[in-house]
Amino acid sequence: MTLTKADLSEILFDRVGLNKREAKDMVEAFFEEIRNALENGDSIKLSGFGNFELRKKSERPGRNPKTGEAIPIKARRVVTFHASQKLKSNVEEHYSGKKA
Amino acid sequence: MTKSKLINLLASRFSQLVYQDTELSVKAILDAMGDTLSKGKRIEIRGFGSFSLNYRPPRLGRNPKTGSKVEVPEKYVPHFKAGKELKDRVDK
Repeated sequence: MTLTKADLSEILFDRVGLNKREAKDMVEAFFEEIRNALENGDSIKLSGFGNFELRKKSERPGRNPKTGEAIPIKARRVVTFHASQKLKSNVEEHYSGKKA
Repeated sequence: MTKSKLINLLASRFSQLVYQDTELSVKAILDAMGDTLSKGKRIEIRGFGSFSLNYRPPRLGRNPKTGSKVEVPEKYVPHFKAGKELKDRVDK
């Protein structure tokens, strides 16, 4: 099963003891603060989990896959995530050789 | 921005909570996300993005020091795909 915001709220209710309202707001605010920082050009370093970084992509030629028509892909800024060594090795350890 | 800065920002938003509860909340969220991926499950956060695992097949690598061939086993690596809102907001 996929982890969602509802599951995270439930965890904060169970483990931290926030009430349902606070737990829901906390999860929302957690992701909102990260979005805000990225929007303002700030990268995020969450030790033990990973880093979110911003990359500038320059314009490149693209194509409409349906029509084959050439259309330039505009220069843009994108978010990249780099998992920490700890997260990578946890994933490898617990999940090597199994099907995703 | 670091984890401690994030905790401070959230603590000032949630001034009705004691600081430790905000700190525990951030740690609990990150632990749950890490545990989920370690179990091979996906994370989907509407408006933010999704985390999943990508498969890397086994390959023959080289020890850069000695130049000898080494078998690198297959593995899964974490992957993040930004959601629509996040994509739009970082590219304004």
